[in-house]
Amino acid sequence: MYEVLAKEKLAPTIKKLTVKAPLIAEKTQPGNFIILRVDEKGERIPLTVADYDREKGSITIIFQEVGYSTKLLGKMEKGDQIRDIVGPLGHHIDMEGYEKVVLLGGGTGTALLYPKVKGFYEMGAEVISITGARTKNLIILEDDLRKFSDKLYIATDDGSYGHHGFVTDILKDLLEEETGIDLVVAIGPVPMMKAVADMTEEYGIETIVSLNAIMVDGTGMCGACRITVGGETKFTCVDGPSFDAHQVDFAELMNRLSFYTNEEEEIKDNAVKEEI
Amino acid sequence: MAMQKKKTSMQEQKAEERINNFEEVPYGYTDEEALQEAKRCLQCKDEPCVDGCPVEVPIPDFIQAIIDGDVEKANQIIKSKNNLPAVCGRVCPQEEQCEAVCVMGNKFEPVAIGRLERYVADYNMQRGTDKSSKEEIEKNKIPELEGRKVAVIGAGPAGLTAAADLVRFGLEVTIFEALHDTGGVLSYGIPEFRMPKEIVDQEVEAIKELGVEIKLNVLVGKTITIDELFEEGYEAVFIGVGAGLPRFLGIPGENLNGVYSANEFLTRVNLMKAFKYPEYKTPVKVGNKVAVVGGGNVAMDAARTAKRLGSENVYIVYRRAAEQMPARSEEIEHAREEGIIFKLLNNPVEIHGDQGRVDKMECVEMELGEKDDSGRRRPIPIEGSNWMLDIDTAIIAIGTNPNPLLTKNTKDLATKSWGGIKVDDNQQTSREGVYAGGDVVTGAATVIKAMGAGKTAAKNIKEYLLNKSDK
Repeated sequence: MYEVLAKEKLAPTIKKLTVKAPLIAEKTQPGNFIILRVDEKGERIPLTVADYDREKGSITIIFQEVGYSTKLLGKMEKGDQIRDIVGPLGHHIDMEGYEKVVLLGGGTGTALLYPKVKGFYEMGAEVISITGARTKNLIILEDDLRKFSDKLYIATDDGSYGHHGFVTDILKDLLEEETGIDLVVAIGPVPMMKAVADMTEEYGIETIVSLNAIMVDGTGMCGACRITVGGETKFTCVDGPSFDAHQVDFAELMNRLSFYTNEEEEIKDNAVKEEI
Repeated sequence: MAMQKKKTSMQEQKAEERINNFEEVPYGYTDEEALQEAKRCLQCKDEPCVDGCPVEVPIPDFIQAIIDGDVEKANQIIKSKNNLPAVCGRVCPQEEQCEAVCVMGNKFEPVAIGRLERYVADYNMQRGTDKSSKEEIEKNKIPELEGRKVAVIGAGPAGLTAAADLVRFGLEVTIFEALHDTGGVLSYGIPEFRMPKEIVDQEVEAIKELGVEIKLNVLVGKTITIDELFEEGYEAVFIGVGAGLPRFLGIPGENLNGVYSANEFLTRVNLMKAFKYPEYKTPVKVGNKVAVVGGGNVAMDAARTAKRLGSENVYIVYRRAAEQMPARSEEIEHAREEGIIFKLLNNPVEIHGDQGRVDKMECVEMELGEKDDSGRRRPIPIEGSNWMLDIDTAIIAIGTNPNPLLTKNTKDLATKSWGGIKVDDNQQTSREGVYAGGDVVTGAATVIKAMGAGKTAAKNIKEYLLNKSDK
C-alpha cells in the first residue's frame, strides 16, 4: 500500500497527488513513469512521474480525470492508500549535451513535460517552455515552469490567456526567429505531437515525443503498447516512452489509442450510475 | 479381482456447459475414485516414476498412503519434495514424465499419478491440512544458515519452489515480484478453468506460512538492482523471472487493432479478471471470429478463453500438422470438444484490416518436408496457395522470450543469443552467488521443469553458503 501524502487540485479536472514510495523515488529520473492500481478491481494505469523527492521518499503524479480509473484516483485524499505502484518504468531522457531546448506541453501533457523542463534547466541548458490548453483555467504548473525556464510562452485555444491559438504557432515563430535550438521536446495530444514533428523536421532539429500508448503490465510483457518507430515495432513501456518524433508512426498510434474507447465510455457511464 | 486396464476416469464439466463459464473443467477424483485408482499402482521396487519426476516426488509412497486411508500423510510425503502439488496435479505433463515410465503403462494405461496428486492436494486444502508440519520444518533447519538472507526474484513456479526449499534450510528468504499478484504464469497465463486462482493463492499462502516474505510491485532491474540486493546483505540471489516477452510473427498488419499477443489477451482475462468486466475494470475486446496462431498450450488456452468470452468461431492456425503440436493432447482434446476449429498446415503471411481494425488473415498452406533441428518435419509453404480467413480478432501465441529488463540492468550476467541466462549444471550464472532457473534459462517450458530448476538452485545455494561460511 502506498500512502497519499498530499493532494492539490490544479484545474477543475486535473489533480496532483504526492505519494509515499521510497524505492521508486530513489530511482526515478525525468521521463520515467509508474503503473498504479487504485484498488483490487482497478485497471493498471500508467502515469508519468511529475516530480520526486528522494529525501522524503515521495513521488508526485499529475493526472486528468478522463475515465473511470483516473476519476477513482482523483477521489483519493491525504492519508488514503493506493493499492499498487510499480516503477520507475521506461527509459529516462538523456539530457546531457544540449544547449538550447524548446519544450512544449499541451493539456495534461504539461504535467509530463515539467520534470523534463526542470531536468534540462538543472543540466544548464537554455530552456524555452511553451504550455497550452483549451482555456485559461486549464493552464497548469505555470509558476513551476517559470521557475525552471529562461522563457515561458502560454497559449490558449480561446485566447483567454496568453497567445490566442496553439502552442505550435509559438513554436513556428521560435523556429524562424531563434537560432541554436538543438532539441525540441513535445508532449501532449497526438495531433499536436505530430504537428511539432512535421514542423521541426523541416528545420532538421532533433525532436523527442513521449507516447501515451495503452498499457497493461508496463514491463514488456504484453505488447499492448507496441508502436512502429522507424519501421520497427517497439514497445512504448520498455523501449520508450520517449522516441525520436521523426520516426514515429503517429497514425498508427492514434488508431491503437482508439481501440478501447467504447469500453472506457461504458465503464464511465457505469461509474456515473454508481456515483463514483 | 481383475486388473483394471484403464485409468479410473475423472468426471468433468460437459463441453456445451463449460464454454459458458470459467469454472474448472475436470472435477477431480472422489474418495472412491482415488482409492480405486491408487490400487492400480504396482508399488515397483525400483520406482521408475520417481526418476521420471523432475522434483522426485516419492510417488509410490504417497499412493500407498492413499490406499492406507491416510490422505494427510500422502500430502506430507508429496510436500517433502513439491510445494505446489495442487498446481502440478493440474498442469504437469505427466504423460511425458512420471506416467510415461510407469510400469503399468507397458501393457495398459499408466497409473493416473497426476490426478492422484491433485486429489491429495485438494483433499487437504479443503480440510486445512495442507500445511507442512512444523516439527518437520524445524528438524530440517541448518544452524549455520539460520538468519542469513537470500533474495528470490519472481513469484512464479521456479521462484516459489526455490524460496520454499531455501526457507526450509533455515534461511531468511524474500521474494521480489514485479506484478501486483503472486503466481507468475500461473496467475497471468493459465486460465481459471484450468488453474483456479484460489488454488494458486492457497499454495502461495502455505509457502508464506513457511516463513517466506513476498514483496510485490518490485521490478528488480528497475526498482532495485541485484548489486543493491547484495549491498543490503542478501548473500545469494535466485532469478526466476520467466519468459515474459511475447514474440510476434513480424508480418504486415500485426499492429492493427484487434491483434493481441497471447500474453496481453490472457493477462487481461486472468490477472486483471476481464472475464468479470465490468465488475473488474479492465476490459478485453474480442470479436466473433478469432484466429489464434500457434499450437502450444498457450494457444489452446487463448482459444478456449475466447470461446468462453462468447466468440462464435475460434480457429487455431498452426503451420505444422496435428502430430507436431506442442500442446498436451488433453488440452487439444478439450479444445476440440469445445468447438475450436483447427486450421492446420497453415501459416499467416499478412493481416489485413479495415479502418484500422483487423478483418482478414491471409494464410498460406504448408506441407511437411524433411526433419529440422527440433526433430519435427519442417513446414514448407505451398506456392500460390494463399487464402483469406475472415476474422475480427487475432491472437499471436507463438512463444515468448525472456524479458531483457533484468539482464540488461545487471552487470556481468552472461546470456545466450536469444536472451536466456547462461547457467551451469548447478543453475549458477556467470556471477558468484547468483543462480537462475525456469523459463528465463530454458525459454518457455513447463511449470514442473521450472520447479525442478528452482529445487536444484536452492540445493546449490545452500552448498554455496555453507562453503562460504567455512572460509
